[in-house]
Amino acid sequence: MSSTTDMSTDTGSVLEKTRDDRSADDVVLRLEDLVVEFPAGAGQVVHAVSGINLEVRRGETLGLVGESGCGKSTTGRAIMQLPRPTGGSVHFDGRDLAALSPEEVRKLRPKLQMIFQDPISSLNPRRRIPDIVGDPLVVWGRGADKDKVVPDVLRAVGLDPDQVADRRPHQFSGGQCQRVSIARALVLEPEVLICDEPVSALDVSVQAQILNLLEDMKARYGLTLVFIAHDLGVVRNISDRVAVMYLGRICELGPTEALFDAPVHPYTRLLVSSIPSMEGAQRGEVGTGEMPSPVSPPSGCRFRTRCPLATDRCADEVPQMREVAPGRFTACHHPVLDTAVGEPIAPAVTAVPTTPLTASNGAGSNGAGSNGAASSRTES
Amino acid sequence: MPDIRKTSTQSLEKVSATDTDALDSEVTSVDLDLVEPITGNTATEPVKARRTRTPIGWYLAWFWIAAVVISAIFAPLLPLWDPAVPDYNNVFGGITPEHWLGGDTLGRDNLSRIIYGARASLLVGICAVLLGAVVGGILGMMAGYFRGRTERVLSLVTDVVLAFPGLVLIIAIVAILGASLTNLIVGLAILSVPTFIRLARATTLVVTQREFVHAARAYGAKPMRIILREIAPNVVMPIAAYGFIMVGVFIVVEGSLSFLGLGIPPPTPSWGGMIAGGRTQLIEYPHISLIPAAVMFLTVLAINYVGERSRKLFEVRESNL
Repeated sequence: MSSTTDMSTDTGSVLEKTRDDRSADDVVLRLEDLVVEFPAGAGQVVHAVSGINLEVRRGETLGLVGESGCGKSTTGRAIMQLPRPTGGSVHFDGRDLAALSPEEVRKLRPKLQMIFQDPISSLNPRRRIPDIVGDPLVVWGRGADKDKVVPDVLRAVGLDPDQVADRRPHQFSGGQCQRVSIARALVLEPEVLICDEPVSALDVSVQAQILNLLEDMKARYGLTLVFIAHDLGVVRNISDRVAVMYLGRICELGPTEALFDAPVHPYTRLLVSSIPSMEGAQRGEVGTGEMPSPVSPPSGCRFRTRCPLATDRCADEVPQMREVAPGRFTACHHPVLDTAVGEPIAPAVTAVPTTPLTASNGAGSNGAGSNGAASSRTES
Repeated sequence: MPDIRKTSTQSLEKVSATDTDALDSEVTSVDLDLVEPITGNTATEPVKARRTRTPIGWYLAWFWIAAVVISAIFAPLLPLWDPAVPDYNNVFGGITPEHWLGGDTLGRDNLSRIIYGARASLLVGICAVLLGAVVGGILGMMAGYFRGRTERVLSLVTDVVLAFPGLVLIIAIVAILGASLTNLIVGLAILSVPTFIRLARATTLVVTQREFVHAARAYGAKPMRIILREIAPNVVMPIAAYGFIMVGVFIVVEGSLSFLGLGIPPPTPSWGGMIAGGRTQLIEYPHISLIPAAVMFLTVLAINYVGERSRKLFEVRESNL
């Protein structure tokens, strides 16, 4: 890790150095055992994020997908230290944000920016667009540059600076507001941009525009993107690598194409097969049940209550992240290594005798890919 | 009526605050407006040409408020009798060409005393509300933004002051510090601070959840900057609408206190003092008390009407965002 060796030097020189050699191992953001918990009243705790390990390489786009409530947005905000995580560490440019004082974190904020889901709520309705975009500059004592920098950034995101001069957010459409949000995030020239569902609230045609804009801005400003979304199509489009989250944990991580073509984790398979397809005829597995409450998550593997391959081992032992193929990681006791999406899943051969919890006839125990076991699951 | 208004404003998301009162008042005229071709880019240009008929009461209320405020401000320039000098030919005087509203128990000119009394009443109402709104607003925003201990301490203070009978507090202040304009303003401001704290805190709790506040934190704005630049502009409107109504309430309170002899000390004219002054002659010369009472009634009515309507307009606007 080149970034850790630079810990003694100031972050400015790290920046200079790493902008030059952008190797694949150059990790700009590393989450270690990140935990975020919220009090839920009556002494209960919401386990929003439970021990995430993740590395984001400089210059890449990492997609973070999962159902609503799986903790992906919480992870994004924990990276921003808004609020600060309950446990674990967030290494940014080799410094652990979680260990820094609030003022030290504040000093690093210009390099770590975020855009939000609701484009209209992201902008103060009582302020004018140039004030909104220029405010970060004023905060960092560069208010004098405002007249020069703000029009440049506005032009970069595809807005006419003269046209928006005296306007307030409610005079713009959602897509235009999201452009303003992106301009505000870019005005400080950050290294990492965390996009928290930036297109979920937009029309599909506008979604494409904003995604293209993010790609352009990534190239122009040399950004690293963490792209949080529940829309798999969007994530597949923009990400270099994808991390799939379920109930506060990461279950699979890998290069986008490989992950979507041959998902390894049963949950990823469920997600990928649930993408509506125009080709129609082919029907994947239909998800059964709902996500359990993060107040009392299941023991062991958190997906086991919905997993067609779950065994006793899944209830007892938390699956650890392991590399199942070069660059592909999964946290599953029974990863599906060979079959493509659409084919019925069969339990993988494992040393432990397996008893599928959801299969009525127990056909999975022999470990063979029998169609009988698969069909009984899809029916149940 | 309300549901029609709701749907029509929802469909016209870009209609700005000044236009919504048109929707509010005359649904029919809005329909006519919709038939008109809308020129220009409605997504980026404010629609300004949509102002249509507003209820006559709105104009009457503003006219009355303006008349009272302007005559109060320019009272020394107006050709009025001296409000403090008795005219013994005008004791209990009726309406005459010299004294348009007659004279009081000492023969002082009623019109002149009402206009000079407006200065005292408005000064008390406006200054007390401004003081209370600024102090209460800032404390409330701090409670709503910082939460935790700040909020607990302020809530406790708020509860204590609210549990204290207002009139008793004012009487105590006046009894200890003496009756004067300043003491009255400070006393009323103290009474209004808790309500402003609650209002500001509640609004701040909502505003703080909005993503632009998260964004400001994310780019490193310090808490006081976030409160003043991001939250305050969004809290000012509900505070101002409520404050406007409070001005009317305080004019009445000032009247009550002056009636009890705890308000502005004579000979300075005030509406409450005038009403009190005429009470001994209420049967024979009712106009001495009733004219200032009617003026106070109309002023407070106008202020309440304008304040209530502004508040509604503001709420519609908020729901559009």
